[in-house]
Amino acid sequence: MFGYYLDLALRSLKRNKVLTALMVIAIAVGIGASMTTLTVVHLLSGDPIPDKSGVLYFPQVDPENPPRADHTEPYPAMDYRSAMDLWNAHRADRQALVTSSSTKVRASDTGKPPLILSLLSTTADFFPMFEVPFQYGSGWSAEDDARHSHVAVISHDLNNKLFGGANSVGRSLRVRDTDVRIVGVLKPWRPTPLFYDPWSQNFSKTEDVFAPFTSSLEINDGNFQPYTCWHVPDDTRHLQNADCVWVWLWAELDSPAKARAYASFLADYAEQQKTMARFATGKDHVRLRNVMTLLTARGMVPDDVRLQAWLAFAFLVICLFNAVGLLLAKFLRRSGEIGVRRALGASQRAIFSQCLVEAGVIGLLGGFFGWLLTLLGLWLVRQQPVDYAHLAHVDTAMFFATFATAVAASLLAGLIPALRASRVAPGWQLKAL
Amino acid sequence: MEIRPIFASLRKHRIPALLIVLEIALACAVLCNAVFMISQRVSDIGLPSAIDEQGLVSVTLRGTDDKLVASEIPRNLAALRGIAGVQQAAITSSLPLSTNNWGWSFGVNPDSVIANQKNINVSLYFIGENGDKALGLHVLQGRFFNGDELADSKFDTAPLPETHAVVMTHAAAENFWPGQSALGKTIYSKPYYYTVVGVVEDVLRPNVSTTNTRKSYDAVYFPMSAAGSKGALSYYILRGAPQDRDRIMREAEQKLAELNPGAVAKGQTYMDIREKYFANMSSMAWMLVLVCVVMLAVTAFGIVGLTSFWVGQRRRQIGIRRAVGATRGHIMQYFQTENFLLSTAGVALGMVLAFGINIYLMQHYEMSRMPWYYLPGGALALWLLGQASVFGPAQKAASVPPVVATRSV
Repeated sequence: MFGYYLDLALRSLKRNKVLTALMVIAIAVGIGASMTTLTVVHLLSGDPIPDKSGVLYFPQVDPENPPRADHTEPYPAMDYRSAMDLWNAHRADRQALVTSSSTKVRASDTGKPPLILSLLSTTADFFPMFEVPFQYGSGWSAEDDARHSHVAVISHDLNNKLFGGANSVGRSLRVRDTDVRIVGVLKPWRPTPLFYDPWSQNFSKTEDVFAPFTSSLEINDGNFQPYTCWHVPDDTRHLQNADCVWVWLWAELDSPAKARAYASFLADYAEQQKTMARFATGKDHVRLRNVMTLLTARGMVPDDVRLQAWLAFAFLVICLFNAVGLLLAKFLRRSGEIGVRRALGASQRAIFSQCLVEAGVIGLLGGFFGWLLTLLGLWLVRQQPVDYAHLAHVDTAMFFATFATAVAASLLAGLIPALRASRVAPGWQLKAL
Repeated sequence: MEIRPIFASLRKHRIPALLIVLEIALACAVLCNAVFMISQRVSDIGLPSAIDEQGLVSVTLRGTDDKLVASEIPRNLAALRGIAGVQQAAITSSLPLSTNNWGWSFGVNPDSVIANQKNINVSLYFIGENGDKALGLHVLQGRFFNGDELADSKFDTAPLPETHAVVMTHAAAENFWPGQSALGKTIYSKPYYYTVVGVVEDVLRPNVSTTNTRKSYDAVYFPMSAAGSKGALSYYILRGAPQDRDRIMREAEQKLAELNPGAVAKGQTYMDIREKYFANMSSMAWMLVLVCVVMLAVTAFGIVGLTSFWVGQRRRQIGIRRAVGATRGHIMQYFQTENFLLSTAGVALGMVLAFGINIYLMQHYEMSRMPWYYLPGGALALWLLGQASVFGPAQKAASVPPVVATRSV
């Protein structure tokens, strides 16, 4: 029966080409617009590190003293002393101190002009913790951290720019006024969003130079910028003792039990600092969030994108209303024909399924053109000067989702018209003939 | 025009009629909000700033040696002034809309400290000799910095300079001392204090808030000497005729790169800086325009499709009406009135919906209240759209010959 219905559907679609085209266009445009924005939202709210996002935690305490009255959340960064205290306790399976600053970098022996780049200062665990892929060499060791070693890991991009993509491990790089030895070169690596930097909505590139926390504080001394301060620092060039937040701490905690233990350790620390009168707020402002909860709490999907998603959804609904109206018109126009089929013995169900097949065919056509429009839409997004533009591409999941949505939408749109059509009273229609 | 027969016929086509009404309502709601968002973005993109944006060129020089800037900055500025077409060159720490913000909060009482709740957060611009002329600042009251203030100001280890004179924007002055003249008054952030020597016309901050434009102009200028700048001064600004700016930008970048081989020079015209700052916003505005156009087109197609169907269905009745004396005009009017009624119901619902959506957006996103005239505006647009799209099918209906009445089907 399905083949016959399909044949009928195609014939009926051919009969009124303008109406068919209008329906297909309406569905295609609705699907195209909504799938484009949904793809962007899907990619932006995606998990940047799916294998480990559940075990990577971002501890926060609130060192602000005296506290601001309107301050209900701790800053997304720590002061140097709290970060060092917590790091030195070594309570996590792996842990990393992170901060970034800008610096001047040149490869003295290549003769290329100097570059101003972002320098990420971190500790040895950063690379295994965040599953950073290496092209050549590896990260540095905990010993390098302790010895203030002058070593660095560089990004794939920087290696291409300075060394033409060759294995540059062992070569020297001048960071500001100090020569450091390259120990590792990364493969292209771009976690999206750049979750380990929770300061702002961030879809930018990773830093180009990674160096040990201890030695880079010395090398790039004076170039570190605080996130915020609550007392005027005596010396802006040395934030180690200032009442400013500028260091992030990340902890890997492999089991929920460890996470609970770490949370209570964190709360104890805050309470202890409060009794010492260093903190104004104790455990009330302690947070231990994993990657996805942190991203949700910080609202990583830009407002504009969420607004666009709503808009696209409203758009799809408009297109659906449109399709329902047109399908209804189309089916009821054939009331006479349906009446004859009913009189000849077709059941209500048969008419109903015939109409749905026709709606489904329209949906598939709409889905196909909608998919083309989605590709066009994503191409348009890629041309935009926004920092997430590079992400906009269709993945297989979204490809199938496009067709599923299109067919589901048109079947939904076909439901009321098909029901109405199947209720056509055969006698009445035959009389009218 | 008798509208009762129209109602009677619409009652027979309840579902399609309802669908058209809902489609128009949604379109009206989305249209009002989208147009409002577009207008907000357009006004943000056009935020005025009282500097000579058209003729301004900036070259940032980063990675210089702080110990050598005392001699390098005057040398670089002298070289830049030698470029043909440069009327003025100076150095500053940041520019409006450059996103390079140095914020600080000050109070008006001698005991104000940085963390005080009542303090006002301002953006700090450190500026060297002739900076006012290079930027094209308009001094409203008082004066710009004199030679001594510029030469004596320097950074020690603290983040604020050792000087006591500042110039602030009119907006900042209004926020510190509403309704009073700011000249001679002092702002405090213990142990630092600065006295206002001049007020300039409003200049934007390096980052602006689009929801609270009142705060977008809270900027304070500090004098700064090359010798005491400790790397804070990295924006070389040049002013020339607008038609020369691209050439000036290229030559200045080249000249600074030649003079400072160890540093990184990057030139931009000010118009590029502004465009880059608002790039996200303008792309969003264009997207919204696209959505509105396509949405209106889809709605129009829906109306055309459904009315065409109704016309086809009623050929016989139209023929009968024509046969018993109705003119083409009457038939046209019938469909136009029908569409008018449907549109009216749609926009009535749509205006309520638009208002609701606006309230929701205000709560969840950075949106302000939509002015009332957007609602009738959107309604009018959809009325016109409805009438325009019904015109074709209605004309087709009017052309049905009366003889149809005598034929069966």
